Amino acid sequence: MNTSTSTFVRTEMLPQQAPPITEAGAVKWLRENLFSSVLNTILTILGVAAVAYLVMHIAPWLSRSVWNANTLSECRQIITERYGEGATGACWAVIRERWPQYLFGFYPSHLYWRPVLAFVLLCVAVAPVLFDKLPRKMLWFSLVYPAVGFWLLWGGSVWVPVMALAGFAIGYAAARIVKPLAGTIIATIAAVLAPVLWWLFLAGPAADAMQSILPVALQAVRSREFGGFVLAFTIGFTGIAFSLPLGIMLALGRQSDMFIVNKLSVGFIEFIRGVPLITLLFTASLLLNYFLPPGTDFDIILRVIIMVVLFAAAYIAEVVRGGLAALPRGQYEAADALGLDYWKAQRLIIMPQALKISIPGIVSTFIGLFKDTTLVVFVGLLDPLKGITDAVRASTDWKGIYWEPYIFVGTIFFVFCFAMSRYSMYLEGKLKTDHR
Amino acid sequence: MKQSVFLGTLAATTLFAGVALAQGTSTLETVKARGELNCGVNTGLVGFAAPDASGNWQGFDVALCKAVAGAIFGDASKVVYIPTTSSDRFEQLTSGKIDFLIRNTTWTFSRDTDLKMDFVGVNYYDGQGFMVRKDLGVSSAKELNGATICIQTGTTTELNLADYFKANNMTYTAVPIETNAEGEQQYLAGACDAYTTDASGLAATRAAFADPENHIILPEIISKEPLGPAVRHGDSAWGDVIRWTMNALIAAEEFGITSANIDELATSSQNPEVQRLLGTSGELGKMIGLEADWAKNAIKASGNYGEIFAATIGESTPIGLARGLNAQWTQGGLLYTPPFR
Repeated sequence: MNTSTSTFVRTEMLPQQAPPITEAGAVKWLRENLFSSVLNTILTILGVAAVAYLVMHIAPWLSRSVWNANTLSECRQIITERYGEGATGACWAVIRERWPQYLFGFYPSHLYWRPVLAFVLLCVAVAPVLFDKLPRKMLWFSLVYPAVGFWLLWGGSVWVPVMALAGFAIGYAAARIVKPLAGTIIATIAAVLAPVLWWLFLAGPAADAMQSILPVALQAVRSREFGGFVLAFTIGFTGIAFSLPLGIMLALGRQSDMFIVNKLSVGFIEFIRGVPLITLLFTASLLLNYFLPPGTDFDIILRVIIMVVLFAAAYIAEVVRGGLAALPRGQYEAADALGLDYWKAQRLIIMPQALKISIPGIVSTFIGLFKDTTLVVFVGLLDPLKGITDAVRASTDWKGIYWEPYIFVGTIFFVFCFAMSRYSMYLEGKLKTDHR
Repeated sequence: MKQSVFLGTLAATTLFAGVALAQGTSTLETVKARGELNCGVNTGLVGFAAPDASGNWQGFDVALCKAVAGAIFGDASKVVYIPTTSSDRFEQLTSGKIDFLIRNTTWTFSRDTDLKMDFVGVNYYDGQGFMVRKDLGVSSAKELNGATICIQTGTTTELNLADYFKANNMTYTAVPIETNAEGEQQYLAGACDAYTTDASGLAATRAAFADPENHIILPEIISKEPLGPAVRHGDSAWGDVIRWTMNALIAAEEFGITSANIDELATSSQNPEVQRLLGTSGELGKMIGLEADWAKNAIKASGNYGEIFAATIGESTPIGLARGLNAQWTQGGLLYTPPFR
């Protein structure tokens, strides 16, 4: 029966309609992210109000910046002339005038090229450690860099750092010579003992002797002439470079079955972590003076660096121990099954995994260490944040300036800490092997 | 290998440790042998000690360092300025890191006796005062009952304040602050009605405000703060050098010896005491263990006491301090040096 041709089924497509306004574009995003509920709406409004309040108060101050003036009163005068009576503005002229002091402290001005060169070489030395695409041969320079950096910063005879480096060669040679004669354990002891004896008793006279034969020397710069960011970077980067290996050794020591090694590591870590860094710094700067023979001039920056390294190493040790604890037991057993000895197992199987897990914690410790370098102000060293700033404020020209130096120094610290943080994220991404 | 890296750093440190000086010699001998004077100064206090843009230290206290170096070496530049904080200054002195301390340190009984220091004189008579905003309508510290007061913690000023309010049967609320710069900020932000510290510091602080005319320093001085150089207990010969160098600067002002006319007076003065002071006659230098022209070189370093005062903290500087108690005794002040005889 062929009746009506009318049908309930459409034969042609309707034209597409735009989605409802609440389900697309900016409105959707706003609704979903900012106004999804009453509470969220209130929070959004409060948040925007807070940001607006801050910007309204800071932006005019920042926009009225003065870069060219020689005193604070000159700054104020310029701001008054430009923006009328009662206007306030930022006086960055203090940074401009005291720029060398913030960077170099009291480092002799004709030698500024030395810390600059040391910094450039530091970048070269660090690059192959950070990025594995660079030629591996560059690592040799990284190993030598501490001596080069030391010589550039402190100056003096070139033979001092050379003889210090020679200690490592001596240790290596001692191990190679003794091993076939007396076995691994004796060779390890020789590798440690020979350089220590060399450094303690022979390196100094040897350096003097070489200096008299072939004098190569830079003008010596004393530690108390260091200041500002040169000081912060010197302490910070040395601390970072030395605290990681020491921290790993301590973590392994704490995991060790050997009674004395274990207890010494535990005692050291718990003691250092239980004491504020300032206490250690005061100990380094004041208490040691009473123990050392009178007149001994044990370099203050070196003392501070040692304390900072010990402090950071104790934290690193615990971070790395966390990484070690996270490894399944099977990894250790697999290493044993392959017949690897302890050090090979650590180097090839355990540490690569444990360190990968520990990266965020390690980098946090490094960032903390870098920022803690400002604490050296309490032992009379001129750190950039407070030491140099107080010194700048103490001149009649700049007395009364408050926020600008803090903002400037804070910005520089932020740049470096943020870079460290981003690098650690890059590294985590690169080393990621699981499929979570 | 990693372990040896650590041991290496420890051992390498000994490489750079300096030569131990023989023990038991007097400070003067040690300083002469070293060829430099280690002078403990403030890390930065306006007018008293501050480095300029090129790192040269200047100020009222620094001038005494230069004078002492001039007296010992005949060369005022042979000074190493060691910045000391208020918490480590005494340890720096007792442990021998500095030869003497000139860091606006108040001479008190306990510091002189208990802390085993010897104050050798007073180079600046200070006292604690108050600064308030003009619109507070206060003209005397006695009217500060119930006020909030910004005060640096851990200083003698904190104790003085408590004493003063107790003695006058008044109350106050303390706003503790850490540094002078922070105190200024708190005061300017209205966190406290009054700011109290040494009068010299108040003057410097007020001078640095954008609107100094809206702030007044109250007339009351509530404490005695004799600031002076200190040396270690038990080395009187060294204390003498500092004391008499300072006295030489004061005497020079009294006798009208300035850095401009000193060479002329050294040869032409008929005053026997000036002659003795400048080493033209007598053997004062030998008695104190220095060259005959020690005082002359000390005065030449930055001028006599009055010249130093005028150049660093005096009325022509932004700090603008009047001489007040620090005038010569002939002018109604307290500066009175024993005779050079």
